Amino acid sequence: MHWDIVYNNFDYFLYGNTSLDWHFPFLHNPEGLVASVILAIFGIFGAFWLGLAAGLMRLSRNKWVKVPSVCYIEMIRGMPLLLLIFWFYYLAPVITGQNMPAFSTTMICFVVFTGAYVAEIVRAGVVALPKGQMEAARSTGLSHAQAMQLIILPQALRNMIPSFVNQFVSLTKDTSLAAILGVIELTRTGVQVDNREMVASFEIWIAIACLYFMICYILTSYSRRLEAQLSRYQARNR
Amino acid sequence: MDYTFHWAKMFSGEPAQWMWEGFCTTMQISIISLICAMILGIVICVLRMTPFKPLQWFSLAFTEFFRNTPLLVQIFFWYNASYFVIPTVINNWMNDLYYWFPGPFSLFGHEFVGEWMLFNVELIMGIIALTVYTAAFIAEEIRAGIFSIPKNQLEASRAVGLSFLQGYRYVILPQALRIVIPPLISQALNLIKNSSLVMVLGVTDLMYQASQIESYHAMPFEAFTVALLIYLAISLVVSLCINLYNKHFMIQVMY
Repeated sequence: MHWDIVYNNFDYFLYGNTSLDWHFPFLHNPEGLVASVILAIFGIFGAFWLGLAAGLMRLSRNKWVKVPSVCYIEMIRGMPLLLLIFWFYYLAPVITGQNMPAFSTTMICFVVFTGAYVAEIVRAGVVALPKGQMEAARSTGLSHAQAMQLIILPQALRNMIPSFVNQFVSLTKDTSLAAILGVIELTRTGVQVDNREMVASFEIWIAIACLYFMICYILTSYSRRLEAQLSRYQARNR
Repeated sequence: MDYTFHWAKMFSGEPAQWMWEGFCTTMQISIISLICAMILGIVICVLRMTPFKPLQWFSLAFTEFFRNTPLLVQIFFWYNASYFVIPTVINNWMNDLYYWFPGPFSLFGHEFVGEWMLFNVELIMGIIALTVYTAAFIAEEIRAGIFSIPKNQLEASRAVGLSFLQGYRYVILPQALRIVIPPLISQALNLIKNSSLVMVLGVTDLMYQASQIESYHAMPFEAFTVALLIYLAISLVVSLCINLYNKHFMIQVMY
């Protein structure tokens, strides 16, 4: 066994050759686990707003608002993320006329891909609330938008948090796909070290898997606790 | 925007043939690993339900580990590092499998020539990775389905005079299966989509063939768009089936 190889390269797995720029508080060219986490956080942050917009559009009664978001959601949910990444990777230069860095390409893809799933979560969260909430809000004189903003969404968003955490976990796992485009995140560092050392495949891949497992498991167990806490104080159909 | 599209070239000659072969491979991988994953998932689920603690811990560890690590990492693990876990005899057997299927044979109405390898190591490892990954999810879903049936149903069936197995056979499972089947079908859909990842091993599935057309014929955009439409068609058909199923067979459970 060659666990020393894992031990010696552990800092490379964690942050690669990332350099801190002391003039700015953010990282230049994040690599390793840091890159995975940054991709996941930015992905879920962008996907939240995109998904919220698409999910609310999906609930609209106006055909011209509803149909585009239905098309977006169904199309994205129907295709593999890897395909979206490749497709966008070749589409972006055609549109913009210049090459796009792989890191931003994959980040945009994660936002677009996860956004569709978040949209479905938002829709489910809003639909799960009793109809009376909306009716009561409207009857007190709030407009539809106000009722949505002040009454429905605060409750629905609280309901959504567990499934939202689940989505965050699956996005964290999906960030490994950026490795195929050559972004040096956790999986890619594993490939690199594996190819360099040649004798320690087992140890390296177990170590990489454990790193991913730790992040995701912490999130899932947190989500379970959150679910238990937040299941009180809710307006319910039953 | 000086990119010229060659849509017509996609539907004739080499590209069309490659895409068709890729589609067949994707379906083969999906079907084989779906069947294996169902079996393994049921086994894991049953282990989770046994009263024997170590088996419960094993299946808990299995599901948690394989659900919380990326499929890509698992694929790399099975391909690069599994010689450590898999006995040498089986490893050699898998390496020799190619020589067992040398001649032309037909599958799914398509004639495969000898140089088109069906059972090479890459494909087997891809299938194993997909199987294990999906089995963890399937086990959780079946367990959730069976647990969602109130426990007093089993008690009531015992009180009526059915045996334990009869209670499962006639009372619990018919209800649980109705709840479980839609998520299982969407899991199958996920499996088909996830099977695009085995291209990193060089398995000639739909994704791989699309990227091959990209490099041979310089038609990246067309190739990936056609692949996208094929995946989309598969998933739309399946989700249509789920909706029909839900409409006809879902019982509205009242509590």
